[in-house]
Amino acid sequence: MSERIVKLIIDGKEIFAKPTDTILKAAIDNGIQIPTLCYLEGLTPHGGCRLCVVEVKGNPKLMTSCTTPVSNNMEIITNSPKLIKYRKQIIELLLAERIHTCSVCIANGSCELQELASKFGVDHTNVSRNWERFELDMSHERFVLDHNRCILCTRCIRVCDEIEGVHTLDIKRRGKDSMIIVDLDEPWSASYSCTSCGKCSAVCPVGAIYVKGKPLSETKRKELPKFITERRRR
Amino acid sequence: MKPEEIQKIAETEHDLRMSYKYRINVCCSSGCLPFGAQKLLKAFEDTIKELGLERVCKVARTGCVGTCSVAPVVLIDPGNHLYQNVKPEDAKKIVQEHIINGQVLEEYLYKNEAYFSKQYRLILRNAGKIDPLRIEDYIAVGGYSALAKALTQMTPEQIIYEISLSGLRGRGGAGFSTGQKWNFVAKSTAKPKYIVANLDEGDPGVFANRTLAEADPHAIIEGMTIAAYAVGAEKGFIYIRAEYPLAIQTLKKAIEQAKSYGLLGNNILGSTLNFDIELRLGAGAFVAGEETAILSSIEGLRATPRPRPPYPAVSGLWGKPTLINNVETLANVPLIILNGGTWFSKLGTPKCTGTKCFSLTGKVKNPGLIEVPMGITLKEIVYEIGGGVPDGKKFKAVLVGGPSGGCLPESMLSLPIDYESLTQAGAIMGSGGIVVIDDESCIVDTARFFIDFCMDESCGKCIPCRAGLPKVREILDRIMLGEGKVEDLKVLEELCYLIKDASLCGLGQTAPNPVLTTLNYFKQEYLAHIVEKSCPAKKCILKKVEVVKE
Ligand SMILES: Cc1cc2nc3c(=O)[nH]c(=O)nc-3n(C[C@H](O)[C@H](O)[C@H](O)COP(=O)(O)O)c2cc1C
Ligand code: SF4
Ligand code: SF4
Ligand code: SF4
Ligand code: FES
Ligand code: FES
Repeated sequence: MSERIVKLIIDGKEIFAKPTDTILKAAIDNGIQIPTLCYLEGLTPHGGCRLCVVEVKGNPKLMTSCTTPVSNNMEIITNSPKLIKYRKQIIELLLAERIHTCSVCIANGSCELQELASKFGVDHTNVSRNWERFELDMSHERFVLDHNRCILCTRCIRVCDEIEGVHTLDIKRRGKDSMIIVDLDEPWSASYSCTSCGKCSAVCPVGAIYVKGKPLSETKRKELPKFITERRRR
Repeated sequence: MKPEEIQKIAETEHDLRMSYKYRINVCCSSGCLPFGAQKLLKAFEDTIKELGLERVCKVARTGCVGTCSVAPVVLIDPGNHLYQNVKPEDAKKIVQEHIINGQVLEEYLYKNEAYFSKQYRLILRNAGKIDPLRIEDYIAVGGYSALAKALTQMTPEQIIYEISLSGLRGRGGAGFSTGQKWNFVAKSTAKPKYIVANLDEGDPGVFANRTLAEADPHAIIEGMTIAAYAVGAEKGFIYIRAEYPLAIQTLKKAIEQAKSYGLLGNNILGSTLNFDIELRLGAGAFVAGEETAILSSIEGLRATPRPRPPYPAVSGLWGKPTLINNVETLANVPLIILNGGTWFSKLGTPKCTGTKCFSLTGKVKNPGLIEVPMGITLKEIVYEIGGGVPDGKKFKAVLVGGPSGGCLPESMLSLPIDYESLTQAGAIMGSGGIVVIDDESCIVDTARFFIDFCMDESCGKCIPCRAGLPKVREILDRIMLGEGKVEDLKVLEELCYLIKDASLCGLGQTAPNPVLTTLNYFKQEYLAHIVEKSCPAKKCILKKVEVVKE
């Protein structure tokens, strides 16, 4: 890889990055925080949650920093009032989409959505909340899949496909009816492909996939995909 | 096959065509088929045979003439006499009078000259005039001569230069410069390269691309092949929805014929170009027409959009450079090659050249597929071509750009049709849907109808679109029930801006248009529902109204 370096400005700060870097990577490497949710280092970026959107000068569209590569002389704003407002709205929509009653959730205290909500001061929603209940899949001897908490970030799908290599999980239907499924929409215990590796539960940002009988703080390992991909590269 | 041989076929076929005194074109396209077009075709064929007129009069099946509202139709040349609502039992009479006695039958004649007078049928020039299932018919009217010219007299650079010069912009919605897009793909060095012709046409009430494929399939194939030569692609896909059986059949046949004539395959027209086209059927999701979702679908994955960059021109199908164009865009290409970019650049407006097909539907006297020069005003389309609102009702709004288009009021009717003017007004070109709405329709209900569509079609990948549209719809529902509050309008607007600005793909980015434009142009109707608890169109059943009245 060529060691060509590009210069860009993020939030007024001049920084240097490799041309293959994404805006997000360049920002993190330089101590600039951009909120993310579906992104997880070591997995293919998804571009779905839209929390990481930034303004790029000269581009009328907002760009997701987790997917957009840097280019020379890019000028980026990561925290304009408009962006902050949009991020709050996205968090609100997520909280309203399924049942996120944190006080009774297994993830309470170690949930990335909860963390973001408190960071952005989202303590109520301007839109009405949905209360439709989905049945839990508790069939697996070790794991639980609770659709009521799922934010459809697809981290579990990607880790299962890209790191474990079995692609047990996927999505059925579309739009608001999207739902995580196991194999061809079977109970988890009936899955032929699942190796029970637990990677999905390690990366789920909320309390939607978890290990039975263990506090989430013990089973979450966000760094796992990064760790494994780095090892594989060696 | 050599270019000269094409020329020869063209001449022979042209002579053959000229040898008939009359040509009865029976429209057998999707709009006329349900009204017995096939039987009608047979009736004319039988009559001609019975009367021994086979050498005098040719009966041909053709694509859509553009007047589907008076289906089935028959077009008799010379003279372009269009007969409407023709029944099989009328065939004898028409042949007797028109062909034998030379008398035009006034009572069957389509008399609405205004419908055609403002149109400029360039892309649709062959629609209703040639048999789409005969490649020879296409060649007879000059088909494939552009390909011959491109391959024998032009370099790929010259072709891209002419396309750029023409000012042609993508007809699939966004209006991106076609020349520029071709240039990007041509410059990409990775191999192989692919071409995708977009015939997904998922907007409800839009049928321009289908009509084109059913009427003139070879124009698409010729355009694609020229594009292949220009950008260096070896393989093309036509992505078409499975709900278009006739268009699929027609294209399949056309591809076979082109192959057998050596117009597809290896060493096309004796050149070094190798190019093949395959049909790929889509399952009919609206979002599958989005260019990156098409890529996924063709690769055999779920049709969900991918973030750009990387753009398909750099990393498309299987990571290779891919040119994606709408079929109407591609059908313009042969004309530009034959007549030159400068010629094309003078059609339409300076920034928005050429013509555009629109599917005109809703409350207009003459619905149908129209083709107009860019820059024509909405008023001309609605009132002159469309004949205005029928049954003495009043015009209320016109939705331009399909389900995620903008709802424009009477005061905006002088707006010229071009990408920039439409976008500025809050609408889009989209794939060319125009729906006229009369005063019997409620504007809130209309907005909700289209939000409903986009909500159902959302792929669910990104949060603003997936989780935001149901909330938009919920608020509209409340307003229609008389349970809306004035504060709701602010929440509604803020949600719409989020969805527009932060969604991943064009579906989410344009879905709020019907709400935003109606909030802008028809706010009083929203307020009537909220404050007075009444629906100006008397459509919505508002809870509070019932209580007051009863
Ligand atoms: C939701 C959605 C649906 C689309 N559907 C179509 C379609 O059916 N046909 C089409 O040509 N373009 C469609 N597009 C636009 C394509 O993404 C793409 O811009 C176009 O095919 C490019 O061709 P052009 O440059 O010739 O316009 C759609 C876009 C979106 C966001
Ligand atoms: S436990 Fe492992 S194999 Fe099973 S679904 Fe989760 S990630 Fe996939
Ligand atoms: S189960 Fe967890 S990781 Fe999987 S999509 Fe839902 S929230 Fe994301
Ligand atoms: S905007 Fe809608 S359709 Fe497009 S990617 Fe997002 S969820 Fe899918
Ligand atoms: S973190 Fe970039 S879109 Fe989710
Ligand atoms: S289908 Fe026959 S006129 Fe349109």
